Amino acid sequence: MASDQVKLIGAWASPFVMRPRIALNLKSVPYEFLQETFGSKSELLLKSNPVHKKIPVLLHADKPVCESNIIVEYIDETWSSSGPSILPSHPYDRAMARFWAAYIDEKWFVSLRSIQTAEGEEEKKAVLAQVDEGTAILEKAFIDCSKGKPFFNGDHIGYLDIAFGCFLGWLRVTELAAGHKLLDETKTPSLSKWADRFCDDPAVKPVMPDTAKLAEFAQKIFAKPQP
Amino acid sequence: MGQMNGSNNDEYVRLLGAWPSPFVLRTRIALNLKRVPYEYLEEEDTLNSESVLNYNPVHKQIPILIHGNKPIRESLNIVMYVDETWLSGPPILPSDPFDRAVARFWDVYIDEHCFTSINGVAVAKDEEERKAAIGKLEQCMALLEETFQECSKGRGFFGGDNIGFIDIGFGSMLGPLKVLEKFTGVKFIHSENTPGLFHWADRFYAHEAVKPVMPDIEKLVEFARLKFNTSIFK
Repeated sequence: MASDQVKLIGAWASPFVMRPRIALNLKSVPYEFLQETFGSKSELLLKSNPVHKKIPVLLHADKPVCESNIIVEYIDETWSSSGPSILPSHPYDRAMARFWAAYIDEKWFVSLRSIQTAEGEEEKKAVLAQVDEGTAILEKAFIDCSKGKPFFNGDHIGYLDIAFGCFLGWLRVTELAAGHKLLDETKTPSLSKWADRFCDDPAVKPVMPDTAKLAEFAQKIFAKPQP
Repeated sequence: MGQMNGSNNDEYVRLLGAWPSPFVLRTRIALNLKRVPYEYLEEEDTLNSESVLNYNPVHKQIPILIHGNKPIRESLNIVMYVDETWLSGPPILPSDPFDRAVARFWDVYIDEHCFTSINGVAVAKDEEERKAAIGKLEQCMALLEETFQECSKGRGFFGGDNIGFIDIGFGSMLGPLKVLEKFTGVKFIHSENTPGLFHWADRFYAHEAVKPVMPDIEKLVEFARLKFNTSIFK
């Protein structure tokens, strides 16, 4: 079963797609990356994820698994004997990792994304303050979860590192556009160092998009009216 | 107490909750399934509760499971924690990784679409908004009917022979759905349109882990009337 063919439907710029790519790399699972064209959805995507029609979708022996964090757990459970564990082993630590991953998606990333649509300096400042507040909470979460080790997951990158680290590219693009540092050595010393370690990880490096390329892409997509 | 995984057998279990909450209901069903003794603490005013603020400063919400002195938050997280900690009861999530991914997918769908639509109907500002929310909710029901047929494979529950993750995730919404049916006159779960769900709902209500904790529908109706002071609840 674990040896059946693996395909991933995704796009290079999507932080959500990066999550399963990092997980597959951690487990040394070869896969075919099926790149979607921006602005259109392939037949395969529509067939594999009819409910949401969104990437990423993992196809394992043609069976679809949807939702980025769910795919990461699936990868961890399916290739459990290969590579390091992605989820922590203790149920309490797993619950904490899932809690913070949900916070990142439902609150933190939503604020980050709304910087793009903020109108006027006042609104932009308010949204940036909201993101800063969220990042400060995550700085504390990092200290609690890592317990002095280099990653949220301990000695190796894991579920929560992946859940947050996938946004680092977009975070940097936002910092450049807004002229405001969201992660830095004074405000978020632990996360600042963690970010460098995360980006250097061999499972992450090949799939983390280049900031300049991402900034160019951001200009293109945010220049158009939203569908 | 059942066999536990990596936890002290003597550690006390408390649940901070509120009786009308479908999210709290999920966690009570899970604890009942695993026969975990726990102290239930009703929080009437969660926004001003010291315990809630202390154990869930980020969201200030219930349910919160406190195992020993460790808080676990978010209903689905709590259900998974209970499943992973008390191993001797029936499993809540299936053992196959693909089936687990499917179960998780549908519970996320239930929270992000079903529950959002239920809320949408309750807080709609006008008829047009309400009709749209009702339409969305009906779509959710149709999709869940299909999912039920696929997951149950002819057996009684989404989880097969016993209730599982999707049963708990969706079954907790039956109370709010019944309240909406009463006020809107729309039958969301119907013996003709959604026959699978229709019969499943009766089985779910009758389950020994559910029956003692499912809120009384009349009480829920009254609660809704007070909370959502909009035209449909008069």
